[in-house]
Amino acid sequence: MTTTNTTRTVEFTPERLAQAKAVIAQYPAGKQKSALLPLLHILQEQEGWTSPEGMDYVADMLDIQPIEVYEVASFYTMYHLEPVGKHVIEYCRTGPCCLMGGEEVYAHLKQKLGVEAGQTTADGLFTVKEVECLAACGMGPVFQIREKYYMHLTNERVDEIIDELSK
Amino acid sequence: MGKKILTEHIDVPGIETFDVYRKQGGYTAVEKAIKTMTPEAVVEEVKKAGVRGRGGAGFPMGMKWSFLAKPEGVPRYLVCNADESEPGTFKDHYLMKNIPHLLIEGMIVSSFALGANTSFIYVRGELMYVIKILEKAIAEAKAAGFLGKNILGSGYDLELVVQPGGGAYICGEETALLESLEGKRGNPRNKPPFPAVKGLYQSPTVVNNVESIATTPWIMNNGGDAYAAIGIGRSTGTKLISASGHIKKPGVYEIELGVPVEEFIYSDEWCGGIRDGHHLKALVAGGSSVPILPAGLALKLANGEPRLMSYESLSEGGFQTGTMLGSGGFIVFDETACIVRNTWNFSRFYHHESCGQCSPCREGTGWMEKVLHRIEHGHGSLHDIDLLVDVARKIEGNTICPLGDAAAWPVASAIRHFREEFEWHITNPFEATQPGAVFRGEMALA
Repeated sequence: MTTTNTTRTVEFTPERLAQAKAVIAQYPAGKQKSALLPLLHILQEQEGWTSPEGMDYVADMLDIQPIEVYEVASFYTMYHLEPVGKHVIEYCRTGPCCLMGGEEVYAHLKQKLGVEAGQTTADGLFTVKEVECLAACGMGPVFQIREKYYMHLTNERVDEIIDELSK
Repeated sequence: MGKKILTEHIDVPGIETFDVYRKQGGYTAVEKAIKTMTPEAVVEEVKKAGVRGRGGAGFPMGMKWSFLAKPEGVPRYLVCNADESEPGTFKDHYLMKNIPHLLIEGMIVSSFALGANTSFIYVRGELMYVIKILEKAIAEAKAAGFLGKNILGSGYDLELVVQPGGGAYICGEETALLESLEGKRGNPRNKPPFPAVKGLYQSPTVVNNVESIATTPWIMNNGGDAYAAIGIGRSTGTKLISASGHIKKPGVYEIELGVPVEEFIYSDEWCGGIRDGHHLKALVAGGSSVPILPAGLALKLANGEPRLMSYESLSEGGFQTGTMLGSGGFIVFDETACIVRNTWNFSRFYHHESCGQCSPCREGTGWMEKVLHRIEHGHGSLHDIDLLVDVARKIEGNTICPLGDAAAWPVASAIRHFREEFEWHITNPFEATQPGAVFRGEMALA
């Protein structure tokens, strides 16, 4: 049933499988498709991105068609449908952050890493992704790396963060 | 100091834990509701309180509850909308992160009132760390007997599920949220049927904002009438305001509805005034979608009376001279802010977030973004200004959900109040595209 020409298969680690099963058990009988978004997060946490093989695996687990997974994964912005760097910098480009100098800091970030939006550094460490409002407007400019919010950004602060994560 | 209902204990060390929250009087509302009241009596108190939906629509919460259909043998659901994504709004993030048990307690009271045995908190996926805070709070409440089977020996069962979103502003629209919760793309549903009749899994469902649900513990403890006595007129109670932009003290503030806008901006208790050496140019009072106002109209009504932080006062004058309280996303602009650039930025947001179902929104948001982009970058023509007004008018009211309106209003209002600034960009393209260039015409600042 897979639509990809690859023999690579994806399986959750035992720990993540248990986590996924606990998620599925939360919904009423027959409504297991509700677990799709949470399971895609678990998949991406494990794999680093939302791969076609991983999506097929999730489709199997939820007993739904692969297209039901692909159409959802491509609708939401958090699922990386292509491989990404070790650290994905999700940079807020929305109005309130821009008022606090967000555009200047963003230009500095891209220059420092030598990449444009959507690109990954040659060493595979960083991917820069533009996102819309992260609900932290009073603490802008803001970016997010996985679960962590980095707030009140300045050029100097960006240098510190990148240098720290490059070690 | 105004009355604090939601944030009274938010600075108490350890308030995120069950024990500290409980010591501050937490979960007494659950005890009172479940042990001494009927679900109908709880609904009645919330109705009396007159609390209006805090997500932005401002619809009376008790009335929304009373529309819930109750067919025999069909489960009912309560879904908390914690998909906070409206630019300028970060109050639910603040509340859930700092005092998660307030929302959990509110969810228990509200679920009991509605007869729901499984309730959901749909949190935007970017806030995964907050999801973990909520899950920990739920586990603590369950261990203490406030969740799960037979709560406090009453025979009432409730499970709470925290659901992460996947990154989509549109899922803040309640029917898109329900689609998403069913594991689908976040395409809003046609209404009717309304969620109160056919919502989650085609069962009767109530969707309420975090802040709305968080009012219910106080209402249980103090009564609906006491809540209604706070605030002004039909704007009862308190409101969390997310203050951002060019102010001295950005942050989340709980205000009693009715505070003058001028006081909210300039008082040291709240925003602390415009940053040093600058002046107020414009205000977006309720999140990016509400009409932007120039300084004069932000502070005063068209008749010269002070404008207040209330549903009625902010919308006084309609869209000609007023705006909306919306979600309370309060974005302040000083004279260094370029209205054209900001409008382009907001348009890009709505274009990016349109789900694509309805042509006027899918196409129109893209056209507005493109036209604004060319004006901002020195390639506009004067005809473009009327073109924008025309496109905005053709989106508004012609889509399944309000995202179309939300995209149209910022553009229409920016042109209504700052047309000269758009014209300046078009007739002075070289000057206007210099770094940091901003229109400095005959503009009234405050």
